[in-house]
Amino acid sequence: MTVVCVRGALRNLAGGRAEHELQGDTVLDVLRALESRHPSLTGWILDERGVIRRHINVFVNGEQGDETSAVSSGDRVEVVPAITGG
Amino acid sequence: MTELVVGTKKGLFLLDGEPDSGFEVAARAFAGEPVDFATRDPRSGRLLATVTSPFYGPKIFYTDGDPDSDWEQADGVALPEGGDQALERIWVIACGESDGTLYAGGDPGVLFESHDGGASWELNAGLWEQPSRPHWQPGGGGLCLHSICTWPGDPDKLAIAVSAAGMWLTDDAGRTWRRGNEGINPGYLPAEALADENAGRCVHHVERARERPDRMFMQFHGGVYRSDDAGASWTDIGGGGLPSNFGFPLTIDPADPDSAYVIPLVADVDRVTPDGRVRVYETRDAGANWAPRGDGLPAEHAYLTVLRQAFNHIGAGEQLQLYFGATSGDVFGSGDAGATWATAATRLPPVYSIVAV
Repeated sequence: MTVVCVRGALRNLAGGRAEHELQGDTVLDVLRALESRHPSLTGWILDERGVIRRHINVFVNGEQGDETSAVSSGDRVEVVPAITGG
Repeated sequence: MTELVVGTKKGLFLLDGEPDSGFEVAARAFAGEPVDFATRDPRSGRLLATVTSPFYGPKIFYTDGDPDSDWEQADGVALPEGGDQALERIWVIACGESDGTLYAGGDPGVLFESHDGGASWELNAGLWEQPSRPHWQPGGGGLCLHSICTWPGDPDKLAIAVSAAGMWLTDDAGRTWRRGNEGINPGYLPAEALADENAGRCVHHVERARERPDRMFMQFHGGVYRSDDAGASWTDIGGGGLPSNFGFPLTIDPADPDSAYVIPLVADVDRVTPDGRVRVYETRDAGANWAPRGDGLPAEHAYLTVLRQAFNHIGAGEQLQLYFGATSGDVFGSGDAGATWATAATRLPPVYSIVAV
């Protein structure tokens, strides 16, 4: 199982839990699995195209990744809003 | 008491008060989030807000209760999954003619419909599948569908405007659409490009006269226009006393189909109030003549920008109240149809939208 970690508003939508153990071969797979488990997250991390939103960063074991990044059991995926604003 | 539902760059504000005695902030919601548009459906009392988080994308939220905390996310506010486009922003929400019906317009030039008061939405397929869509050109704010004009008593008739894909009209509840741009002269296009109906028609705001619904008024990107045939064709009415033909918002007096109000800005290259003075311009003869209404508004060194959704009215005739907000965070109101004005709020975040309830 891959551990997906969310924070802030995403954590609230994910049942109040920060860490989620999910199955999948890519970042896209585990994010889709997270949406399936918590449908209110649909559209918050991934847009309609299946693309991670522009101002959200994903790190796999501490290295920046994207939808296509491979994951396997024991990996840790951190979903982090970018430092942006105005 | 009048309620002002104000969308800002940093949250939703509800202001309560009277045009003569001032307004107070009664509630704030979505702190820190851009609220592009917010309204209260007068039929149900429900508050609706469109929020475009820079992180999490555009959403519509609604509440029937405490605006400080109790909001639910509406379903269906998205483009079809697996395509090559994503919803960028929701620009406006408008009440339909059927009970419980609402419309929402967004970027990229899309219309959503709700038949349950805004809890769930469906994409209008007729507009989404327009064959010319790949050729539509966005304006500076994106491909925004910003104006939705219903026809009093007839839910099948609708006019919408997209910047810069122009006017679109339907008589069959949105199953089929046709253009309504005849007579519009985009001065920013070379003459040779005018024949190309996909060349940008940068409509900024459109309103329909409810007492005479085939009459409409338009603030264009360089022009003010009137239609007397329900939006099929347009006549330039920007010459009779306006200091500029550029601006964004427009509103009307529902009691008078010859009335319209605009807030001119200098030009597209200098989008501030002309001469450092804030003035609303009013016509009561369908655009033949325009008169400035600035009594009580800032009269010197005031360089304000008023966006397309930040001008609204409530009431009609002698009871007409007008309100507008600026990106400076100032909100102004008039309780006498624009004859005199007072400051309703200052030091808000940049104002994106105002609806008076």
